[in-house]
Amino acid sequence: MDNREKISIAIQEGYGQRMTVREGTARNELYLFLKDEYLSGLPEICSNLFKTFKASFVTLIPNDERTINGRFCVYYVLSIPHEDLFLILCVSVDPRQREIPSISTVIDAATWFEREMKDWYGVVAFPNVRNHATHPDWPEDVYPMLKDFHRVTQVPRVKGVFDFRHVEGEGVFEIPVGPVHAGTIEPGHFRFTVAGEPIINLDIKLFYTHKGTEKIAEGMTPHRAVFLAERISGDSSFAHALAFCHAVERLSGIEVPKRALVIRTNLLELERLHNHLGDIGAMLLDVGFAVGAQWAFRLKEQMLQLNEVLTGSRLLRGMAAIGGVRRPIEDTAHKRESLYRTLDEVNKEFVKLVDLVMSTASVLDRFETTGRLKPKNASRMGMVGIAARASGINRDLRRDHPHCAYPYLTLKVPVHSEGDVLARFNIRVEEVRESFKLIDQLHHQHVNEEIISTIEAIPPLRQALGYVEGWRGEIVHWMMTDNGGNIYRWKITDPSFHNWRALKLAVLNNIVPDFPVINKSFNLSYSGNDR
Amino acid sequence: MLKILKQSLSTGVVTNSFPATVSEPPDGFRGKPVIDFARCTACDKCAAVCPTDAISVQTSQHDPSIPANEKHLSISYGDCIFCGECAAACPDCITETKVFFLASANKESLTLRARYRSEPTGDRFLEMVNPPPVTSRETEVLGNELRKRIHKTFGRSLHIREVDAGSCNGCEIEITALNNAIYDIERFGIHFVASPRHADMLLVTGPVTRNMEIALKQTYEATPDPKLVVAVGACAIGGGIFGKSYASCGGVDTVVPVDVYIPGCPPRPEALLHGILLAIDRYPANRLSTEETSHKRGSKDTA
Repeated sequence: MDNREKISIAIQEGYGQRMTVREGTARNELYLFLKDEYLSGLPEICSNLFKTFKASFVTLIPNDERTINGRFCVYYVLSIPHEDLFLILCVSVDPRQREIPSISTVIDAATWFEREMKDWYGVVAFPNVRNHATHPDWPEDVYPMLKDFHRVTQVPRVKGVFDFRHVEGEGVFEIPVGPVHAGTIEPGHFRFTVAGEPIINLDIKLFYTHKGTEKIAEGMTPHRAVFLAERISGDSSFAHALAFCHAVERLSGIEVPKRALVIRTNLLELERLHNHLGDIGAMLLDVGFAVGAQWAFRLKEQMLQLNEVLTGSRLLRGMAAIGGVRRPIEDTAHKRESLYRTLDEVNKEFVKLVDLVMSTASVLDRFETTGRLKPKNASRMGMVGIAARASGINRDLRRDHPHCAYPYLTLKVPVHSEGDVLARFNIRVEEVRESFKLIDQLHHQHVNEEIISTIEAIPPLRQALGYVEGWRGEIVHWMMTDNGGNIYRWKITDPSFHNWRALKLAVLNNIVPDFPVINKSFNLSYSGNDR
Repeated sequence: MLKILKQSLSTGVVTNSFPATVSEPPDGFRGKPVIDFARCTACDKCAAVCPTDAISVQTSQHDPSIPANEKHLSISYGDCIFCGECAAACPDCITETKVFFLASANKESLTLRARYRSEPTGDRFLEMVNPPPVTSRETEVLGNELRKRIHKTFGRSLHIREVDAGSCNGCEIEITALNNAIYDIERFGIHFVASPRHADMLLVTGPVTRNMEIALKQTYEATPDPKLVVAVGACAIGGGIFGKSYASCGGVDTVVPVDVYIPGCPPRPEALLHGILLAIDRYPANRLSTEETSHKRGSKDTA
């Protein structure tokens, strides 16, 4: 009996009366269906599961299942990292009431998820009345994710103003920024409250780039949706598409050829490299170190050009496919030679670049102690990815829930606990070095096999998680098929959705001119958050 | 300090020599897909796999002006995301070329359309349907005179305000690359500025989400006249993969007038440079003729 079965039995014994336990289609998913009469005990159950199994919060999925069973269903996904197991607590909601107890009181990380559920489904859990995922000109009582809302509905604008948290006092004033920013970045609105130079409050309004991705995917064939997944967040094109493919593969039990696993792993690391190098450059630019910045941008450009040689796309698009990959990346001598020559060159230059940065006092002075996020707060907010690892949270799906070829590789996960801009910079530097080593380990593995397995029809009415550790953090998708094997519900969780809240805390007591570099050190995706 | 100086000197010049020479994309690059219309039988294989419906087959059911025994096959490079699925589905009639300079001031010219007649032996190619002449657009009416004026006004120095109207940030990655040392857009006297009030051109990406529609309009109004608007990427041209929905307007020209469209998903940095220089009439005319030949080369491959 392995530990997973032990956990399953422990849950049966401890909670058997209150819920039914069922294994998911995918091996490491355990679905726990809470009985209606115990609904009021939901926060307590969540809290107990959380503590007993040292779990972390992954995502929350509301689903309109009225056409299937006449009810709404909410899925709370928890991860037990040391056992590679996901607990998925399912709660059925009466469509006439649309009210459930909030778990945010015990799991702070769920706050934004519950608020989004209220705006998109009308299912109220979190008592916060402020709209989160819809803007003030969106009419009340219109819930775009309900099945009876058609995706091309023209929704009229209503009158309304943004409701920001105001701070009052002598010498206190507000600075509005965005949604059209000064730099070439994505749209979002920041409302700073400052007393003199230091920021005493930051309110962030997002969802300017909301494109209804989850809605327009309903009824789409999974094969077609891979291309949509590539466009959830452009910087994580491959990681998002792969997370989606994982979900489909796991719910249909598709085996992926080893060669495809190797190629996928290579591409994930290539994506990590070009983004980390770009971020390193952007952070240096934001503290006025132009030489270092341009150097890093040059290395990033080399990586993007390498991507194009290997895959035909600078952003690794058109590679992910259900059951494998669309194209090989090591089929010609030119590609193989380009890969190892470029990595070698970039690696050598990168060592020199880091050496220069670390000996430049003006840079370190701006990085150190800036935008500090304490490990205690980071863990309370359920942060993920590089920003979490810079604040002492040892969490990386590549190790905790192994996927692709990672189980076969030696992987070191760098963790820092200072939580400042320098820590986030150093995490990137160390991960870049680690990526070079990982790609090196993948050299010449399974080169003569198939790259994609043949796909039978996708089974109807199944559900599964698909996850990937992207460069920014964990990307988790959940997919449920309809009667025809097309998409019934697709929930996309970008790491940014976990981390945006933490940025508000990290900037407190910092001066406004340091905001750009703090923001860049997190480098969160607006499009991934807003979808 | 000495280290910095040494690094700067030892790096040398890394900027490419665009537009005098244009580097050829690597093998496997997916540029403009070219349909051999004469060989094609409008069988719908390519249209069925196209994720953005850039390729579509229309019959009298879709469009009453099409005779009952005819079919129209069209490909819109504005909507194309260059995924390569069509060429994989029908290698006989569709070839992926390396052509990526696709920018145009005329949106209609980005669509090619052919007529087919249904016959017992299969559908037979009749002729290409020319894009309808554009009369409503100011640029077209004033023609060369206006182009000269644009060149005179913006030709030497141009200030761009980038507006993300809901893109996935893929286009932003490539636009940011224009500021790196390799593409170095500033050598053309073109600068990215922080405010629309300082700008001559808006470079707009994304399908224009409902939540960015007002912001885009206001940005457009805040930009002083004369101004140019360039729509970057498939989303900005016609909504791309996101199309039109409760959350998306389905393209920049549904909200503000657009002068130049740059296809791509996202367009390569050189395609962006080409489109921007085209908009201010600074793209060398002799280079245009070379592209014509490469287009021809592309279509010859299919024959």
